[in-house]
Formats: sequence, structure tokens, C-alpha cells
Amino acid sequence: MKTWKEVTPGAVVTEPGSARKFKTGSWRAAKPVWIEENCIQCMFCWIYCPDMSIKTKDGKRVEFDYDYCKGCGICALECPGKKGKKAIIMEEESK
Amino acid sequence: MMGKRIAATGNEAIANAMRIANPDVCGAYPITPATEIMQRFTTFVSNGQVKTEMVLAESEHSAMSACIGAAAAGGRVATATSSQGLAFMWEMLFVASGLRMPIVMGVANRALAAPINIHGDHSDGMGARDCGWIHLYSENAQEAFDNMIQAFRIAEHLDVRLPVMVGMDGFITSHAIQTMEWLDDETGAKFIGEYQKVRPLLDIKHPVSYGPLILTDMYHEYRKAHDYVMSGVPNVVLDVAKEFEKVSGRKYGLFESYRLDDAEVAIVVLSSAAGTTKEIVDQFREKGIKAGVLKPRLYRPFPYAQIGEALKHLKAVAVLDRADCFGGSFGPMYMDIASALYPYAQKPVLVNKIYGLGGRDYMPEQAEYVLNELVQLAKGGEVKSFKEYIGVRE
Repeated sequence: MKTWKEVTPGAVVTEPGSARKFKTGSWRAAKPVWIEENCIQCMFCWIYCPDMSIKTKDGKRVEFDYDYCKGCGICALECPGKKGKKAIIMEEESK
Repeated sequence: MMGKRIAATGNEAIANAMRIANPDVCGAYPITPATEIMQRFTTFVSNGQVKTEMVLAESEHSAMSACIGAAAAGGRVATATSSQGLAFMWEMLFVASGLRMPIVMGVANRALAAPINIHGDHSDGMGARDCGWIHLYSENAQEAFDNMIQAFRIAEHLDVRLPVMVGMDGFITSHAIQTMEWLDDETGAKFIGEYQKVRPLLDIKHPVSYGPLILTDMYHEYRKAHDYVMSGVPNVVLDVAKEFEKVSGRKYGLFESYRLDDAEVAIVVLSSAAGTTKEIVDQFREKGIKAGVLKPRLYRPFPYAQIGEALKHLKAVAVLDRADCFGGSFGPMYMDIASALYPYAQKPVLVNKIYGLGGRDYMPEQAEYVLNELVQLAKGGEVKSFKEYIGVRE
């Protein structure tokens, strides 16, 4: 940890992309769970996620990035699912 | 070497200091009595006398936000405000200082509502005294101009990089036409010098982020660092003043001592009222009374040690505040002077007078009244009240 003599004036961050070191997943009280069989790959979750917690591969969504997901639940709310069955549900983190 | 002697208002003086500094950006919103500063400065922009990008914001909160953004981008930034405008900037004042933005702002000091009042008073500046900015106060248009010119050097000094506000009394100084001396443009611009960018946002080869979240693990360290930087400001102010004297012939310190060295009684007072007080002190000296004046110039960081040394030998001192703190306590400057004198075993009797609120005239009779009381206190007279409103209808 830096001492007060070592901090950058004005708290300026000089290392690009260093926000990825600040893992905010521990803030989460509820966790989104992806049910792949109900997923139509509409990518609504990826668009609506206020962070970047929907990982993608070859243009499709894959598992959540739980290092940064704060559990806001927007993805679960926006998920249209398949035939009335949600592809994202929220579970309490303690479970 | 000397500039032209002219007649100008305090606002004109500040606007011209801004013109000489030629800021890259000015974010502003007009407010009485500082409006004339921006009215004149926007004329300079329109006439192409400066290269400044003028951002006419929808409020002072936005004006200061624009200034912060522009300073982070890497530009020299200046603005001006007053009273409610300064109060509305409150949140962003802390952001400007915390991000170490060397913004320079002229402030025509004015009373705060309610009741609404447009006249001279220090309530606005005093309310913002602990927001991490450097504060300079000016007695007249000359000092407003000189302080504004020096403010760029102080703010932009590489060991400082903090915002500076330059206060002068609303209307009394901002609008009264006084004789003063310019620094010619070339000398002024050379004195202020080229702006040195520090970690500018627009340097895309060295990307930086401003305004991160700093929590319990580091915030305390950043505040200590700010306090440390503030502690070095008085030396920079004195160095800049020494250089300014070389180009202008005008001498500045952290505060002005007027007939103080052998004085027994003294008045401590800011800005325009110091002029009236010096006149009356001269009259008391003619009567054989050893009276003096101390007029703070650098108000934040407050030079506690130096002011304590300058006042400790006196028998009685009155601090005149043109603002009150509604904490059942004293005026803001009284509390600072009391703190400056606290370390000394031998110290003067210290009383507080609240004067001139909302532009109420400070008359020579008031200075006489205070000095007469100090003479009695110096002889061992009893303190009737440590705090008193003077010039008020009872």
C-alpha cells in the first residue's frame, strides 16, 4: 500500500485499463444464473449490463464474469427467455 | 519597467489580468457584482484579444465543472463569480482542489441570501475557506490586479497545482473607479509564463483517468498529501511576490503589517476596510497612541505561525469580521487569529467585531470606536464582550 508521500497528485490514474484490477463482484447480494437451454442468444443481457459482466465468444454470450457483476439484476429483468421461461434468474448470494 | 497609470474598477482590473494570462478555457456564469469581469472578458474573446474558448454555462455549478474538465484536459483555466454563484459551486470547489486543478477565479465578495443582498461582505469567501483552495484577498483594484496576475503563477507552480480564488470587496472595490497601475501586456504575459501541463487528459499517448473512487484504504493518505501541499504554499506565495516586485515595483507578503512593529493595539481586518482603518490609525499615532493594522492577504492556507509572531507582542487586538459564523461563536477570522495566538503564553486581549454585513458602510467612526476600546483594554480595562456587532442599530 502506498504512503501519503507516494500517492499521485489529484488521485490521477496513470495506468491504462487498471480498473480491471478493482474486482467489484464481492458487492453482490444476488447472483444472476444463466440457464443455457432457455437462452435464445438475443444479447439483450450483454447490451443492458451496466458493467461488462457478460462474457462473449464468437458473437455469443457465455458465462457471467462474476469478478465484476454486482448483481443489479437488469439482465434478468430484460431477458425475454424462451417460451416464457427466463434464461437468467437471480439467486441469493448466500445460497 | 512601470506600467501605465490608469483609472479602473476592480472588475476591470481582474478582467485585464485574465486577458494578460490568456487562458485556454473560461467557463462562466454571470452574477452581480462579478458580472462586469465576464462582460469585459467576453469582449476580449469576441475581439480576438485572447485565444480563450469561452464556455457560457447554464449555472455556476456547470461553469466550475467546465473549468475542471478543461483543466484536466490540460488547459490554463480562469473564471469569476460572487456570492450565490460561489455557493452554488460549492460541490465542485472540492473537486477542483482534490483533483489539483490550477484554476484561477476572481471573486467579488458579496453577502449571501436570505435575506437577499447584492453588496459587499465576506460571507461567500468565508463559507468556502476550507474547500482546499488558496485564497488571496485584495484591498483595492491595484491589489486585485496584482493578486490575480500572481495567482496564475501560484496555482500553476509545479509544487502547488491548486486552484486559487482572488477576493475583492463587491461594489466597494469591484465597481469603484480607482487609480492604479497596469503591468504592460508583454511584461505581464512573460511574468505569468507558458502554461505547463501536468498529466493532461488529451495526451492520448499517455492515457490517464481523473476522479477515481478512493475508499477507506487510501482516502486518508490523499487528504494528508493535500494538507502537506498546502503547507508549502506560503513559501511559493512569497517567492512569486519577490519576482513580482522585480517587474512591478510593488511589494507583497503573506499579510500587510501597518505600523505594527512598535504597536500596543491593533486591528486585524481584510480587504477594503483596511484602507479606512489605516487612516484612523495614522490619526491615533498623531495623538501618541501606538496603533497598527494587520491585513491578511493569504487567507488560505492561513499563515498561523507568521501572524502569531506579528501579533504576540501587542496588548490588545480587535479582529474585524465582515461575515459571521452562526455557531453561537465568533466571526471566521477571529477564530483563525485566536488559533494563531494560542501557542503563546503572553498574548494580547483579543476581541471580535462584526462589521459591514450586506455592504453596510464601514465608517471612520467605527475604527475610532474600536481603537478607543483597545486603548482601554491595553490599560487593563475589563472586556465587556468578546464579540460585538458594530454599526448596527440597537
